[in-house]
Amino acid sequence: MIVKEKPKAFYDTFERKGAGQKVTHYCPGCGHGTAHKLIAELLVELDIQDRTIFLSPVGCSVFAYYYMDTGNIQCAHGRAPAVGTGIRRTHKDAILISYQGDGDLAAIGTAEIIHAANRGENMTVFFINNAIYGMTGGQMAPTTLEGQKTLTTPLGRSSGRDGNPIGMAELMNAIKAPVYIERVSLSTAGKVLKARKVFKKALENQIEKKGFSFVEVLSPCPINWKMDPVEARSWMQAQLEPIYPVKNFRDESLLPPPHDDTLPQMEEKEMKQLLSAGGAIPEGKNPAPDLEQRVKIAGFGGQGVLSAGVLLANYAIARGYQATWLPSYGPEMRGGKANASVIFSSRAIGSPVVAVPNVLIALNTPSLISFEPDVERGGLIMVNSTLISDKVKREDVDVLYIPASEMAKESGVMATANVIMLTIYLKYKGLADTEILKKILPLSVKRKDAVAVNLKMMEKALTYFEEELT
Amino acid sequence: MSEKVKQLIKGNEAVIYGALMGGATHFFGYPITPASEIAHGAARYFTLSGRHFLQAESEVAVINMLYGAAGAGARVMTASSGPGMSLMAEGLSYIAGAELPCVVVDVQRAGPGLGNIWPEQSDYNITVKGGGHGNYKSIVMAPHSAQEMCDFTYQAFELADKYRITVIILADAYIGQMMEAVEIPEKLLEGERKDWALYADKESRENLVTSILMDPQLQSEHNWKLQDKYERISREFCLWDELECDDAEYLLVAYGISSRICHSAVEELRKKGIKAGLLRPKTLFPFPEERLKELAGSASKVISAELSNGQMAADVERLCGGICPTERLCWLGGIVPSVQEISEKIESWAEGESK
Repeated sequence: MIVKEKPKAFYDTFERKGAGQKVTHYCPGCGHGTAHKLIAELLVELDIQDRTIFLSPVGCSVFAYYYMDTGNIQCAHGRAPAVGTGIRRTHKDAILISYQGDGDLAAIGTAEIIHAANRGENMTVFFINNAIYGMTGGQMAPTTLEGQKTLTTPLGRSSGRDGNPIGMAELMNAIKAPVYIERVSLSTAGKVLKARKVFKKALENQIEKKGFSFVEVLSPCPINWKMDPVEARSWMQAQLEPIYPVKNFRDESLLPPPHDDTLPQMEEKEMKQLLSAGGAIPEGKNPAPDLEQRVKIAGFGGQGVLSAGVLLANYAIARGYQATWLPSYGPEMRGGKANASVIFSSRAIGSPVVAVPNVLIALNTPSLISFEPDVERGGLIMVNSTLISDKVKREDVDVLYIPASEMAKESGVMATANVIMLTIYLKYKGLADTEILKKILPLSVKRKDAVAVNLKMMEKALTYFEEELT
Repeated sequence: MSEKVKQLIKGNEAVIYGALMGGATHFFGYPITPASEIAHGAARYFTLSGRHFLQAESEVAVINMLYGAAGAGARVMTASSGPGMSLMAEGLSYIAGAELPCVVVDVQRAGPGLGNIWPEQSDYNITVKGGGHGNYKSIVMAPHSAQEMCDFTYQAFELADKYRITVIILADAYIGQMMEAVEIPEKLLEGERKDWALYADKESRENLVTSILMDPQLQSEHNWKLQDKYERISREFCLWDELECDDAEYLLVAYGISSRICHSAVEELRKKGIKAGLLRPKTLFPFPEERLKELAGSASKVISAELSNGQMAADVERLCGGICPTERLCWLGGIVPSVQEISEKIESWAEGESK
């Protein structure tokens, strides 16, 4: 039933509009007035006016908020489905109406509409297709018909040059998630009545939280078509509707109904527990001795170079030092080389970059070749002598050759070579506190089942140090 | 046992800790190196703590999801890097026009174009000067450590709500990737109901979130109101840090990773008896203008050190004009200078002057 009065969901006077607050800004014979009215009536009929948020697009309906007495948000061109997604994730019970034209939805906003549909966002999209750009004065739309004259197709749209009219309802129908897809037309009174039923269904779906409903509305634009309103409606029936068939495409979801798996919001205590689940570093006492170590650990990807750095930094913090850890990352890592830079110091650390290390732990030959020249005079180079047959050429540094990979073999986990190297390094520098090291290991080893084997290798390294290096 | 828990985490992870304790409820994101760990952390911790995480189809969609959720009253954020920031310029402008509170983390990489994933500080102009169309500004905070990544993000949500503005955390690849000890903030914050936002209820039904004002007079008034707001922020809020500044003859100005290297350079130079100091802006808008001018008054050189072609230097030079000579130290393309490089340069100036 079409009621001949202003729907209650329209403002009485359009105060957000400048002049002429009793009438809309739409042109005579435009379809927007009809579509607006159907929606506004249904908001009252379905008792959803208070919880509706109307999303205005860019296009002629940019000013829908002049008229709709609902929550209103005006969106960037084509982005309403993304904006609606943001609102949906905030208010579960909001009724979201994304009202978009053919430029907005079918040109600039194709990515946003497709992905909102694909996520099955619980919203209702009214896609007003009038086959032309109205607001900007009559340029080609993606839905403009072949041969149709517009300001940017003055000789008529040519498919070879301008592409083809795009069927958005058909495109939507290729996506599984939408629950309802239908194309209606405002060309005759009968079709308007049919449209009202479709609009209602599309809104009811949302009330019932069924998911994404898409209604394409063929709508007249007499001014830009350069026709009178009656002529425009005939043209719709003769030209537009054969290209864009008025029909239902889908009336039920192809997927199981969406479910909300959002967890309850955590309070402060739980949140803190969650964020410290990785394990707190034991409180460090005053560091002794006063020093700054700039350590470069380098080797193959997979040798546990980065996690060795994490272990060292964690340990240093537990000893009361400040520490930084900087990885090599990105494509460099994928190339098979990896290095970690760790600095620990009794004082605030400036640059975290280790350009001149005073300790180099080289786990493979390329690492020794790359970084040997950088080591500070008087620094320490530790060489994994199982994998590196070269000798250090520098004579102004201390060198330790450790068969770390050989020692690690026994454990069955080759990456424990780095724990061996680190333990010996700390011992050599007089920095090893085995009790703290034992506490720190579980924080730094990603695979919890590898903690025991790492501890064993630590003990082995301590024994090696006592037997071979003292 | 004290409640304070120290953890060794990446700057990028620290962002998530600060965000959640700061009351963020929504993270919309799109992966990009070197910011991806922020999305990874959000996907895990936002979800587990009953907040919302969504990976969008593009940064264009991301920023519009922020627009929607912020318009609906939520505390929202995203994180990205240069190419993503370019895509978000449109949405950031709409957010500024509609005066929505948002938090955006930019972990800068080298540009232009796809560039590479190593650190640059070449997004200074697009963050500090606006970036999208129109006359607008964002608050820009520049962390130099993992702890500040956490703390600034924590604080950002309060600032964003207070001023109805975007707060950008302008980090860089090194500050994002570096691990340091981080303490989680004490108090879990929560956003309050906003009288202008959309809650899909009767009380908020009259509210309108928009950036369009067709009447030039109204648009003009709105734009002047925005300018007044930026002025007010400049008066009320500015953060910086100083190292050996009081008697500094060679005053370095640097933020983010550059400031860490300058910190070491100042220590080196002081050991050699050269009076170097570092002024580290922790906010780039507002910029510590008055303090810089004051320090420039007693310096013999003010030196901007940054990983860009002089984007911040242009501001430093403008402020120091007529007060003190200025120099630029610039690195591009993901090159991070050594401490030595900076200290040797300043040493050479100092030697030149003593001759």
